Amino acid sequence: MSPAQLYVAQRLSAAVLAPLVLIHLGLIVYAIQDGLSAAEILSRTRGNLTWAVFYSIFVIAAAIHGAIGLRAIVSESLAWSRAWLNTAMYGAAVFLSALGMRAVAAVVL
Amino acid sequence: MKQGDKLAVRIWKGGADGGYTEFEAPLRANQTVLDVVTWIQRNRDPGLAYRFACRVGMCGSCAMTVNGKPRWTCRTHVSKVTQDSRLTIGPLRNLPIVKDLVCDMTVFFDKWQNARGRFQGRATRYDDIERIAPDTPARKAADAGIECINCAVCYAACDVVAWKPDYLGPAALNRAWTLQNDIRDTAQAERLAAVAGDAGCHSCHSQQGCTAHCPKSLNPTAAIAGLKRSVFQAVLRGEV
Ligand code: SF4
Ligand code: SF4
Ligand code: FES
Repeated sequence: MSPAQLYVAQRLSAAVLAPLVLIHLGLIVYAIQDGLSAAEILSRTRGNLTWAVFYSIFVIAAAIHGAIGLRAIVSESLAWSRAWLNTAMYGAAVFLSALGMRAVAAVVL
Repeated sequence: MKQGDKLAVRIWKGGADGGYTEFEAPLRANQTVLDVVTWIQRNRDPGLAYRFACRVGMCGSCAMTVNGKPRWTCRTHVSKVTQDSRLTIGPLRNLPIVKDLVCDMTVFFDKWQNARGRFQGRATRYDDIERIAPDTPARKAADAGIECINCAVCYAACDVVAWKPDYLGPAALNRAWTLQNDIRDTAQAERLAAVAGDAGCHSCHSQQGCTAHCPKSLNPTAAIAGLKRSVFQAVLRGEV
């Protein structure tokens, strides 16, 4: 992807993340206020397609947004070549997606 | 500070590995920092190298670092920058030092070219002068940034230039934005591609060091934000 496309991807992923983060935070507050146990939470998320889709989008958007942001930070701090920057960025995106999707799988499967 | 007092002035001498030398200079009413440097060169250190031309804030050649901040020295009164009669004057940041207060501006001007900061028109000398309506949004955006005097004060103030030496910097991008809004210009697609790279507008953090220091009160940050918007739209249209 070109730097301009990366910029667009980062802005769009931020736009996707903004409402998802708010819902996620609301959910945490709700679960804690209600004193839901881990078992109760899992009983609501297991097999629930809505939450599976919600958190999958969350993970992908966060991985895209975070990886592009990391690329920007590294490009300012270290004199890496563009090829290395991009390789590290794709690596970070895949790594973050894998970790996130593993967590999603753990609560919805 | 009053007339008859002395100024304690530290001036950078030498190249990148040089250091500050102390001088004493008379304090005078309405004195500019450039006046002080000139007095020292004429009366204390004839070998002192510095640049100036117009002395009225038009040519952009006299910028230096004064008490830690980049400034145009011909229009900076001593009374504005020091309360205790002390001045520390060095070359601009982010540019190689040639000698003393003189920087090598080559990179700065090369970046103007890399950002396609030059006008490219379609009219010839045989065409009439084009009439430009002054009140369209595009012309207003161009006019907002047109008074740049190429002083490199913004360039010296920008931390991203310091971290990322390839970054085109606020002055070149500001110039590019004025041309993107010039309806007579014919190189807008090429210019947008030139500023959309890794060294271009997306590297800007928008924290406005350039805008805070620009002696002409221009707003390169806003110009760069305009370029980002244009690139965004061009990407969505599949043009960049
Ligand atoms: S706003 Fe952008 S161009 Fe201006 S000083 Fe900050 S990073 Fe540099
Ligand atoms: S934008 Fe302002 S600070 Fe930067 S070169 Fe032009 S006049 Fe100087
Ligand atoms: S000497 Fe020309 S701007 Fe200062």
